[in-house]
Amino acid sequence: MTTDGSVGAPEKTPPEKTEPAATAAKEAPAGDSFMGHFLHNLWSAKPVTETVLSVVLAMVIGAVLIIVSDSDVLATFGYFTARPSDALTGSWDVVSAAYADLFKGAVFDPAAVSAWFDGSGTWQQAFTPISETLTYAAPLVFTGLSVALAFRGGLFNIGGQGQAVLGTVTAAVAGFTFGLPVVLNLIVALLAGLIGGALWGFIPGILKARAGAHEVIVTIMLNYTALLFLGWLIMQDGVHDPNRTDAISKTVATTAQLPSFGGTLRVNLGIVVAVLVTAVVAWLLNKSAFGFELRAVGANPQAARTAGISVGKTYTMLMVVAGGLAGLGGAAQVLGTAYALTPGVVGNIGFDGLLVALLGRNRPWGTLLAAILFGALRAGGNRMQSFSGISLELVTVLQALIVIFIAAPALVKTIFHLRAVRSARLGASMAKGW
Amino acid sequence: MSWLSTAAQHGTALAELAEITAPARFWDRPRRLGAGITLVGLLAVALFGSLAPSATARFTISQDAGGAAISINGKFGAYLFGVIAIGAGIALLTGVAKRWQTTLLGIGIVAFVLSFLCWQVAGKFMPLVDTASGTLQLAMPLILGALAGVLGERSGVVNVAIEGQFLMGAFGAALVGTMATSVWAGLISAAIGGVIIAAMLAVLAIRFLVDQVVVGIVLNLLALGITGFLYERLMQPNAQKYNQPPALPTWTVPGLAKIPVLGPVLFESNLLVWLALILVFVIHFGLSRTRWGLRTRAVGEHPVAADTVGIRVRGLRYANVLVGGLIAGAGGAYFTLVATGSFNKNMTSGAGFIALAALIFGRWTPLGALGAALFFGFAQKLATYLSAVGSPVPSQFLNMLPYIATIIAVAGLVGRVRAPAADGQPYVKS
Repeated sequence: MTTDGSVGAPEKTPPEKTEPAATAAKEAPAGDSFMGHFLHNLWSAKPVTETVLSVVLAMVIGAVLIIVSDSDVLATFGYFTARPSDALTGSWDVVSAAYADLFKGAVFDPAAVSAWFDGSGTWQQAFTPISETLTYAAPLVFTGLSVALAFRGGLFNIGGQGQAVLGTVTAAVAGFTFGLPVVLNLIVALLAGLIGGALWGFIPGILKARAGAHEVIVTIMLNYTALLFLGWLIMQDGVHDPNRTDAISKTVATTAQLPSFGGTLRVNLGIVVAVLVTAVVAWLLNKSAFGFELRAVGANPQAARTAGISVGKTYTMLMVVAGGLAGLGGAAQVLGTAYALTPGVVGNIGFDGLLVALLGRNRPWGTLLAAILFGALRAGGNRMQSFSGISLELVTVLQALIVIFIAAPALVKTIFHLRAVRSARLGASMAKGW
Repeated sequence: MSWLSTAAQHGTALAELAEITAPARFWDRPRRLGAGITLVGLLAVALFGSLAPSATARFTISQDAGGAAISINGKFGAYLFGVIAIGAGIALLTGVAKRWQTTLLGIGIVAFVLSFLCWQVAGKFMPLVDTASGTLQLAMPLILGALAGVLGERSGVVNVAIEGQFLMGAFGAALVGTMATSVWAGLISAAIGGVIIAAMLAVLAIRFLVDQVVVGIVLNLLALGITGFLYERLMQPNAQKYNQPPALPTWTVPGLAKIPVLGPVLFESNLLVWLALILVFVIHFGLSRTRWGLRTRAVGEHPVAADTVGIRVRGLRYANVLVGGLIAGAGGAYFTLVATGSFNKNMTSGAGFIALAALIFGRWTPLGALGAALFFGFAQKLATYLSAVGSPVPSQFLNMLPYIATIIAVAGLVGRVRAPAADGQPYVKS
């Protein structure tokens, strides 16, 4: 399941615009000028171009959804032939307002920034959008890395969700049980999350290695098993908050919470840990012996076995590490923002992690960037929901659409008539099924 | 652990060979099963038997609490059926009566369930008709979803998007059913909702060669997002206009409905249940006896060979996936037209994945899927029954049963589960 054929390829972040210009020059470019080169390369199917076009396409479809679901605007389309301006301005207004709020909630709000400069607002207000974006991005980095790493080893970890659930459970329980001193408590809780996820990843790993059970099936089944387990555990004595009647656990001790910086801002240490872990995963994948083995197994298990690599052991280890990463994502969620277990504490970070990994082309730093993009969409979606009244669910639609276009590069190429960079990439993401 | 390591030393492929040629290993499949059943029986005796109160457990045949009933002392029943399970397990373990392996396995499992029921029902009563019809109702969407999976996967297209098809079906049924104030319009648009997701799955998987598991998962999220978005934009502000579909009517077959227990379960039901049951047998017959079935299996097992003899691989895959979408979408109608009467965000909550589990547990066959779906439906029904009577057994653990059973099945601990050979592999004509 080597998407993009990226396995074994030298690790490069998406090619910069300058580099392929040299190769493109050999291919008889459209124009001789610098601009000609630039445009020629811009309109070819490279990851950056594809990603940008996918986002644009997704937002266009999202705009259609916004218009279709707005009955006022829809009514103006009833007399479209008589007065098209009504329908067009109405549609433009509702869509532009929504997307403007999406941007303001995710990147920066000009009003808050100017208020900061003229002294009527605080710097925190100006940085709130970025803070929110990074807050939502942090857990996704972990779950995304989990999926991406497993991908590179030829395993499809659909179980990020379940592993994250276990991670929240163990992290939260450790967080409100042990009562250790300041720094230690947080470290123990994070480690507990890591171990919880790793245990849940171990099951599909060992079953794949020993009994040949397909990891996709096992991880899918374990997702819901974990969710049901969480639902049961919350209501047990010792976990359930005795002061509440609804399904919520005790609150994690303040010493075990990921500290946030900047007063009112929500962004916390989680994103810093996420960046560090990204670096560790990048090292693990590209520089360590284990990373070499897992890439070899991912590229060709038979060849790896012939070369003396224990494929079963690699699969098991890989799933343990992937599970641990997803577990850390769950820990980041519960120690960073939620602080207590609820049936929906994990949200959708496991499945979102899958999308993030695909968007990040299964590379560690790419995954980090993709997670930040998804965090931005989520943060902006919150503002869009409260200011423009557009449901947050639109963000889920956008995310899914972006990934569909990314996963089907041929689709985007067909739509925009992109020039193929390498013909081999067309059918690169060939599946191997169960 | 010993099971695991034996299974490990000989991979599944080797075990397959061993059945034909090599001298039989001692821990072969029946023995492993026998050991499992014996353990389970011992558990039943030790746990269920000792915990069960010595009170009468009544399984009522009539609709109400009184009336005719099968009665047994709870403690005695729990012990009795536990011992029966042990007996079946030992019979398997010793390897006597090789011909009766499947029967013994069945007896063991049923005895275990009965032992559990005797413990739980002791001092109370369990309405059999309600349990059976509830099981069938809960199993119905699972059957339809699993059949959609059978159609797709037997022709080589992995369908993880059953959940999304359910959601779109449920949503379509609620929306159109309310707007047209017709349950039939709702049912038809449910099927169309399923087809929309199926069409995207088919195009992306067959035409654009995207990894089918990836497409499935992403389509699930897309369906979740679109239905959630439209729910909040349309249905929540104006439920009367968009989210009050009429319920699917319950029909009674005159005469047949008078049969005790089976009558009210099978013949006092709705169209979807009958549709599901009929489709199981139609697809079973179709797959095994018709030209279409032969071609589907050929395409799913060896598309190159199928193409060589002139079968249109891609066309057949498109057709099967789309028909599957119709079926799964109709299954989604259950959630709005039968179960609750209105749409809600993410209301299927994993039912599509239970359907997937039923498909795999049923070994990619229609009849197997039917059995698995009934089993899982029973587990769900039992979970609601137990929480209603205040049982100490947490309902969550019963709800886990489908997933854990499937993991055990694919791990090769019980039987051998094998997907169609070309399942999930896009076909590119060379």
